[in-house]
Amino acid sequence: MKRSPRWGVLLAWLVVISLLVLIAVQLRSAMEGSVGEGQNAPVFTLQTFDGQTIGLEEMADKVVVVNFWASWCTPCEVEAADLQDAWEHYQPRGDVLFLGVDYVDTETEALEYLERFAITYPNGPDLGTRVSQAFRITGVPETYFIDKDGVLAYTKIGPFGSLGEIMDIVDGMLE
Amino acid sequence: MKRTFWLFGLLLALALAVMPKAAFAQDPTPQPTPQATPSDDQVNAIAKTLYCPVCENIPLDVCPTLACEQWREQIREKLALGWDEQQIRDYFILQYGDRVVDEPPKRGLNWLAYIVPPVVFLVGAYVVYRVLRGRLHVTETGEGAPEPAPPEGDEYTARLEQELERRQ
Repeated sequence: MKRSPRWGVLLAWLVVISLLVLIAVQLRSAMEGSVGEGQNAPVFTLQTFDGQTIGLEEMADKVVVVNFWASWCTPCEVEAADLQDAWEHYQPRGDVLFLGVDYVDTETEALEYLERFAITYPNGPDLGTRVSQAFRITGVPETYFIDKDGVLAYTKIGPFGSLGEIMDIVDGMLE
Repeated sequence: MKRTFWLFGLLLALALAVMPKAAFAQDPTPQPTPQATPSDDQVNAIAKTLYCPVCENIPLDVCPTLACEQWREQIREKLALGWDEQQIRDYFILQYGDRVVDEPPKRGLNWLAYIVPPVVFLVGAYVVYRVLRGRLHVTETGEGAPEPAPPEGDEYTARLEQELERRQ
């Protein structure tokens, strides 16, 4: 019986191993939790609902508070007013930036939500869920505090209980 | 060699014939006529091919969450504006990413989902063909058949027969 050419067998193994590696990489990234505190925060750009583009330049040398929310998310409503109050408190300083990332939402309802809670800090849709995937969020609401060096300093899973809770974290990062 | 080539051609044609429609280019989709209020059936026809990332593995047409309800309303709005199914799917992919559609868009690594299954099928079929052909060849040439009886007068056979007689 004629034997199969050796290159054919090698090629088959190569394909099988490549596929297994690919699956392993995908599984690993799917199993990883949120970005860890102390790690560099993911670099991202946010296109806001009012047409601004907020990227690295706007975030440089600032404490950045990235809040993931959605209009269909009831717990997000619990913290919405506190986040806005915190923003109003820090905005005049100029070295703190609040960003709202609207996760898997519809624009009409998202804009209604922003109006209902009178939210004025920059907010934009998470187009293609790219930002939430970069942060590997596990749900909404989730808030990520990035220090002036671009390092993730603190992660809050779930809604904030009070304005004081937000301010304690931000003040700690500004000291 | 020529026979193998033709066999491969036949298998490829067979694989293409049995491959799910997902692997082919998009079928032309009938364009919905713009209307004031598209029906639930029209909305669900599109919604059943979409998945909300919040409720994994539940098609949008039967997903009970508020997020899904909002998405269905969005489909209704787009239909009312005269968008066709492909335009709505493209919009959802742009807004929420590739994972919201039942069939991954044909680009980048997504191609693996379309290419690997038929290739694996073809390779498997080829392996089966080679094994069967090898066995057939063995049978035809007599290779692998039982060893012929040793010639008479063989010392070993004589001793074996003697031993058998002795034990009877």
